Order: sequence, then structure tokens, then C-alpha cells
Amino acid sequence: MNIIVCMKQVPDTETLIKVKPDGSGIVTDDIKYIMNPYCEFGVEEALRIKEKFGGQAILVTMGPQRAVETLRTGLAMGADRSIHLNDPAFEGADGFATAKALAEVIKKETYDLILCGKQAVDDDMAQVGPSLAELLNLPHVTLVTKLEIGPDKKKAKVEREIEGGREVIEVSLPAVFTCQKGLNEPRYASLPGIMKAKKKEVKPINLATLGLPADQVGAAGSKTRILKHTPPPSRPPGKIISGEMLDAAKNLVKLLREEAKII
Amino acid sequence: MAKGIWVFSEVKDGNIRKITFELLSQGKKMAEKLGEELVAVLLGSGVEGLTGRLAEYADKVYWVDDPNLAQYTTDAYATVLTNLLKEHQPTIFLCGATIMGKDFSPRVAARLQTGLATDCTGLSMGDNDLLIAKRPIYAGKAFIEVSCPVSRPQMASVRPNVLEMVPPDGAKKGATIKVEAKIDPASLRTAVVEVVKAAGAKVDLTEAEIIVSGGRGMKGPENFRVLEELAEAIHATVGASRAAVDSGWRDHGDQVGQTGKVVTPNLYIACGISGAIQHLAGMGSSKIIVAVNKDPDAPIFQKADYGIVEDLFKVVPVLTEEFKKLLAES
Repeated sequence: MNIIVCMKQVPDTETLIKVKPDGSGIVTDDIKYIMNPYCEFGVEEALRIKEKFGGQAILVTMGPQRAVETLRTGLAMGADRSIHLNDPAFEGADGFATAKALAEVIKKETYDLILCGKQAVDDDMAQVGPSLAELLNLPHVTLVTKLEIGPDKKKAKVEREIEGGREVIEVSLPAVFTCQKGLNEPRYASLPGIMKAKKKEVKPINLATLGLPADQVGAAGSKTRILKHTPPPSRPPGKIISGEMLDAAKNLVKLLREEAKII
Repeated sequence: MAKGIWVFSEVKDGNIRKITFELLSQGKKMAEKLGEELVAVLLGSGVEGLTGRLAEYADKVYWVDDPNLAQYTTDAYATVLTNLLKEHQPTIFLCGATIMGKDFSPRVAARLQTGLATDCTGLSMGDNDLLIAKRPIYAGKAFIEVSCPVSRPQMASVRPNVLEMVPPDGAKKGATIKVEAKIDPASLRTAVVEVVKAAGAKVDLTEAEIIVSGGRGMKGPENFRVLEELAEAIHATVGASRAAVDSGWRDHGDQVGQTGKVVTPNLYIACGISGAIQHLAGMGSSKIIVAVNKDPDAPIFQKADYGIVEDLFKVVPVLTEEFKKLLAES
């Protein structure tokens, strides 16, 4: 089975995000980049399916030159080859324009399923997976925590998280799945894996080789516009409630009722 | 009139979810400013009885009743909604940033070739008919304001618990209009085989009004019992830090933070949580934050409105008793 894994390079979750004074974006100096944690679940799941059924795990990402590092990480984990959409024209893409570009390149591949993270932890849009499915005319299942391919490889049985429980869903393949924490424990790349990854294919795709008109990609092809960035609202300084423990607890309950009016 | 602000009415276990009324309350204000109608759209099976409450807010209620809509499936809901939106071409379409809303909205937006702002925490009207949607990025470490300048409808999913719910004045009685679903069952590519409810499931973290959360300081899964008892007393949902989840003490679904759930309760009580940056991002928009930790230098105290520097195992049981006393009095 051929499995496509869509992935994204994002700032490390340890990063302290600072908004530029003019609100035009975030300060990107000194940011350390990692593979989006939810994409790691996608890579791991693809490798497990491949190990069971054979076939290829193919990574696809869109991003600047540095995004190659994330592809190399996935290749070192065990993926077979990768595709890198990299062109200044792709910059500033919203969820729709991103899904459109990914769909255009994935159309040219043969595959049985597509795995995405449930969302990227930078923009937090949770949009590309289902939008990609729509543009490829495939079904999708979001927030997958268990994925079983049927013996005929034409269907999958999946578990997904819902509010207050989980749902078991049967879906025809090919389909798009978005991966949620709990699906698996992603492996670390081994040293031989890292060495092998250096020789694996990273196929660059630019605007010309993608084959979409310039007004359908990047900021020009986006349906939404970001008007401004702002820091989170500041919180007033808190109170440390001291005193004997019983008094402190009593005092806290009193403050929550009388000052915060919350209980 | 016509065009309009449309609100998706989400049904769970036979009832309309609170987020729907939050959206209708906000939608009413925006519709008045815009001079367009407020429309509620309701999908399900045997849902006619629910239309009355929606008509107290909305000028029109489109309701679609079909056995294929009894259980949520992406294909059925996305198809019915897209057909309605194509026919009526409203200015704005809003839904909850719930698991259901977040599942169908990107597909509907892609089919309509329009813009979507997901997981919004604020909505306002800009110039002309422009919707300005405010939403967190990096789990709340920053915010953006987004618009959808050209294509219509402008779509947004909004997080539960952030918009103010205004009860209807009782004067309004919108028209209820039944619409045929026209679903071809063969076009449904997913089928729900089973729904498993979590044991003792309370309100989900993303819509809980009070959350009691435990971290590494809980020392083990069995100790969460003290938090469960506190939660029971004040009708809260129990959450956990990544440290507690990765130690296997709590389910993945309980995790609050950048790689878990981003929450906005009225009250968040953090017990034995030091406050890693990813956790602070995920709960930093809570209205009131209480921290209990024996380390006075724990970063959680930087975010907390009220802090007690003490061993949580001493404080929490006393707190539970004090809350019980207070709630018994009132």
C-alpha cells in the first residue's frame, strides 16, 4: 500500500512567541523548528502500515528551504521518499491554498491512503486535512486514535475521539485521516536510518512544476487574509494567599465567591 | 433583508448544544448591524420539536429531517449544508468549533471555494459586510484577526464558552421552513459502527465551565481521586498536564496544552502543575486561574489570579470541604 503523509515544519512548542511591534507577524529570529507533533503520528502510522502490507511511505510538505530538515527526519524514521513544495509564490498560503497545492501534487501519485496531523501547532487551523480530502474527492475521518486496514485493503475501520467518548467508523479507501495523540508512539530515527535518509529522494516542486497558475497559490490563492497579529491579553497580577493552610483555603473560596464571583 | 447570517444548530443526544445559542446571540447583534436576517439551520432526524427554541432567536429556521442525518457523518452533513448555502448564498456562516463543526466546516469551505476561520474566540463586523474573526495561534501564545475579503459566505467556527449568551426577549417567532435532505445513501462513504461513551463522562474539557487539573505533582494515577472529589463538589471536569498524561496516569483526551486541548473555562484550578509554556498557552485564556503548588517559583503562579504555595494533598481536601460548605449554604 502506498501511503502519503502530509507534514509541516513548525516552531518548537517550547518557543516563546513574540509578536512584531507593528503586528505584521511574529518574530522568527532564533526559532528552533521541529516536525509538527501530530505529523509524527502520521509518519509512524504510515511506517506501521507499510511494514504490515508493503508499499511506500511518501512524505509531502510545503515550506521554505529549511522544511527539508523535517522531510529528512521523516525519511530517517523510515519513509521512502519525499516531495517538497518550495517556491516564494507559495508563501502566505491559508488552509485552502495549502490544500489546493497539496492536492495538485498528490493527484499525480498513486496511493491508498493519506495521513495528516489533526492540526499544525503553529496556525492551529485544523483545516488542511478535510479540505484536501474534498479537493481530491475522497472521504475523510478526523481525530483518529486507531486505524485498522481491512483484509481486502478497500476499507478501514477507525476509532476517533468525540466529546465524552469515541466513535468507531468504517470508511472506504482511499481516504484522508487526521492523526490525534493516542494513535501510536512515534519512533526515533536510528543512526543507520539517519545515514540512509541522506540518500533518499527529496523532490523539489516549484510553481512551474506544480502546474497551477500563480493566482491560485500562496497568499494570492488564499481565501482569507490576516489583518493583524496581537499578543494574548495580559492578565492582572495574581494574589498569593498566605497564612495557615485552613485559613488560606477558606480565604480562597471566599475570594472566588466575593471578588471573582465565579462560584 | 435576505442574504443573512447563518448559524449551524448542533444537536447532541437530542438537545441543541449551548454553543448554538451563543452563536445565535452574537449573530443577532451582527445581523442587526448588517441589516440582514438571522437564520438557524438544523439537521437531524426527528428534530421538529427543537425548531421552536431556535425560532425565538432567528428570523428563519431551515430544518432538514432525514434518517440519514440521525447520526453525524461528514458526507451527509457537508452535502446538505453546501446545497443550502449554494442556494441561499448568505453573507456569513457560523458553527461551533466542536468536534462536529471542525470536521465538516473545512470540507464545506473547500467545496464552496470560500474562506474559513477556525476555532475563533471573537467575532465583530468591519466595514461593509466584512466579518472580522479573532482566533488564537500557537495555542494562544498569540492571536490573529482574519477576514475573508472576496468569497462568500464568510465562514467561522467559534469555540464554545467564549461568546456571551443572551436569552431571547420572547417576542420573536421566526418562520420554520422544512427542507428536503435529498441524500443518496450510496454517496455516504463513512458509516458509524459504534459510539462508545467514556465511563463517568462529564462535560468535555473544551466546554467545561470549571476545570480541575493535575500535573506531575500528583505523583501517581491513584492520587487523582482527590481532584475527582473536588471536581464532583463544584461540577468540574478533571484535566491533566502533559507530564501526567505521558506518565500514563490519565487518558490522552484529558491533556490540556499546546499538544492537547486548549480550554477557556470560567475557573481553572491547577494542582501540582509547574506550568510549562505549552500548558500555560493551552489554559491561559481561562477567566480565573487558581494554582496550588508547593514550589513558590513555579511558572504557573505567573498566570494565576490566586495562588496557594502549599502541598496540594493538604490543600485540595480542605478546599473541597470549604466549597461543599459554601454551596450547601447557597
